[in-house]
Amino acid sequence: MHSPDRTVQTPTGVAEPIPLRPVAKDVETRRVPFRGAGFSPKALWYVPPLVFLLLLAVWEAGSRFGLISPLVLPAPSEVLTAFRNLVESGMLYNHLAASLQRLVIGFVCGTILGTVVGVLIGLYSLARSAFRPLVAAIFPIPKIALLPLFIIWFGIGEGSKVATILFGSFFPMVIATYGGIDAVDRSLIRMGQSFNMSRAAIIRKIVLPSALPAILNGMRIAASISIILLVAAEMIGAEYGIGAYVLLAGNLMATDQLIAGVIVLSMLGLIVSWLISLAERHFLRWRN
Amino acid sequence: MDLEIRNLTHRYDDLDVLRDVTLTIPSGQIVCIVGPSGCGKSTLLRLLGGLEQPTQGEILEVGAPPKGSLNPLTYIFQDFALLPWRTVSGNISLVLEGHQLGKSEIQGRISDVLARTRLSDFAGVYPRQLSGGMKQRVAIARALAVDPAVLLMDEPLSALDSQTRELLMDDLVSLWERERFTACYITHNLNEAVRLGHRVVVLSRRPGEIREIVDIDTPLSERSADSAHLGRIQTQLWEMMREEALTADRQLNDA
Ligand SMILES: Nc1ncnc2c1ncn2[C@@H]1O[C@H](COP(=O)(O)OP(=O)(O)OP(=O)(O)O)[C@@H](O)[C@H]1O
Ligand SMILES: [Mg+2]
Repeated sequence: MHSPDRTVQTPTGVAEPIPLRPVAKDVETRRVPFRGAGFSPKALWYVPPLVFLLLLAVWEAGSRFGLISPLVLPAPSEVLTAFRNLVESGMLYNHLAASLQRLVIGFVCGTILGTVVGVLIGLYSLARSAFRPLVAAIFPIPKIALLPLFIIWFGIGEGSKVATILFGSFFPMVIATYGGIDAVDRSLIRMGQSFNMSRAAIIRKIVLPSALPAILNGMRIAASISIILLVAAEMIGAEYGIGAYVLLAGNLMATDQLIAGVIVLSMLGLIVSWLISLAERHFLRWRN
Repeated sequence: MDLEIRNLTHRYDDLDVLRDVTLTIPSGQIVCIVGPSGCGKSTLLRLLGGLEQPTQGEILEVGAPPKGSLNPLTYIFQDFALLPWRTVSGNISLVLEGHQLGKSEIQGRISDVLARTRLSDFAGVYPRQLSGGMKQRVAIARALAVDPAVLLMDEPLSALDSQTRELLMDDLVSLWERERFTACYITHNLNEAVRLGHRVVVLSRRPGEIREIVDIDTPLSERSADSAHLGRIQTQLWEMMREEALTADRQLNDA
């Protein structure tokens, strides 16, 4: 054993650091300047609530002092009152129930179908050749443009609304899923084959878990598209639904109700994205 | 079980990769294959394990595989090929799950191979928490779990730093001393070849042909990093490979 650098072996056997050579008096010395700062933004937890409160305060003050016309933008307190009315009259429940039902049915069916078709495209030459060009052609159409067609096909009731959402979440799921499968590390598949794993086992235990991050990412995109389409669909011939409520408020120039409705939509979006984050944290916990 | 390669020729479209290779991998021996980059070593190994089909010639399993072998031809990959979402024991159970073994049999095999590769303390750990050398030991444990007849290894140590490589070479040697496994071991590293190979096969530049077969009689356990005899063999191998490598290098640059 030889001693590591910068230590000397003393007779007692204890390693001691070699003393640094003192710098001569007349030689100029300066510390090496630090140049590595910046380019690493951090989330400061106390800033978001402050910004929120500040914004609300300015907004409220502007309304009280007549700087902001109540017709253009009602005061936060008025929005709060409108929201409370919405809750207390029981209408929030009616609207939310209608919206959530459409959203959940459309999104869940669209996501499941999209994943299945994506897996088929990812695994089978025939499905890939048949569906991929079709998907490529239909994906870029803004699905809102198809809403009138769906109304003709499925009627002005629930059918057309659910179909729009289903359609809108189907395509991003297809693309995300087969993209995820295309990106599966081929060496892992080789490994599975080399251990004589069956095709089904390779798909279930190697391919799908590998593609899961991409699939969850697709769900995130599909969810935000679904909410957009939900509101759009509810603006045509719906009695209940957050979209209908917002549209009606707009027609009545009731901006306080309108903004209350928009806030409900924002919450809805946040909750959906939080749920997907939860799923990611659960299924992808091996990552961190 | 021996593995016999007969007049093997392989082509990708119009690219000749291997030409007329005839070679036996005898039971209980480690055959190392060295050759310049791109000469078809990895291709040869894929053909050996049935992951690809040869253009011409054949590969034969001679004799019965050991009783109870779940996967006679088993690979150990350069990049470990561990599933990041399964723990160490999960990665091993992956290759046992399709064989109608009982839960306790699978558990027994897992703890057995983990003990043999000194990994028992890491059964519940995910691959990302392990160093490169440990990951490769997990891959070795996984390969041992299926009781292979022949281990097919494609540069299994080349993703590792040289200290780790040295330690794992010792592991492989002691493993061989205990289990006398059969292996085809591909490497760039001539030192690995002379430390682990009972027989070293030198391939020519592409299209790969057998240029020389060198048998090394010194028992594996008596081979040390600084043995003069092995040094001479290594130099001799390097002389053979040098011109092939130089020409191959120019060839690749032309392509
Ligand atoms: N699937 C494939 N299709 C077409 N060409 C291939 C394929 N696999 C390998 N090749 C070509 O065959 C030749 C031999 O490749 P191979 O990977 O077997 O070489 P190697 O000896 O393992 O090289 P290295 O030492 O760099 O690992 C290379 O020129 C490579 O480009
Ligand atoms: Mg190779």
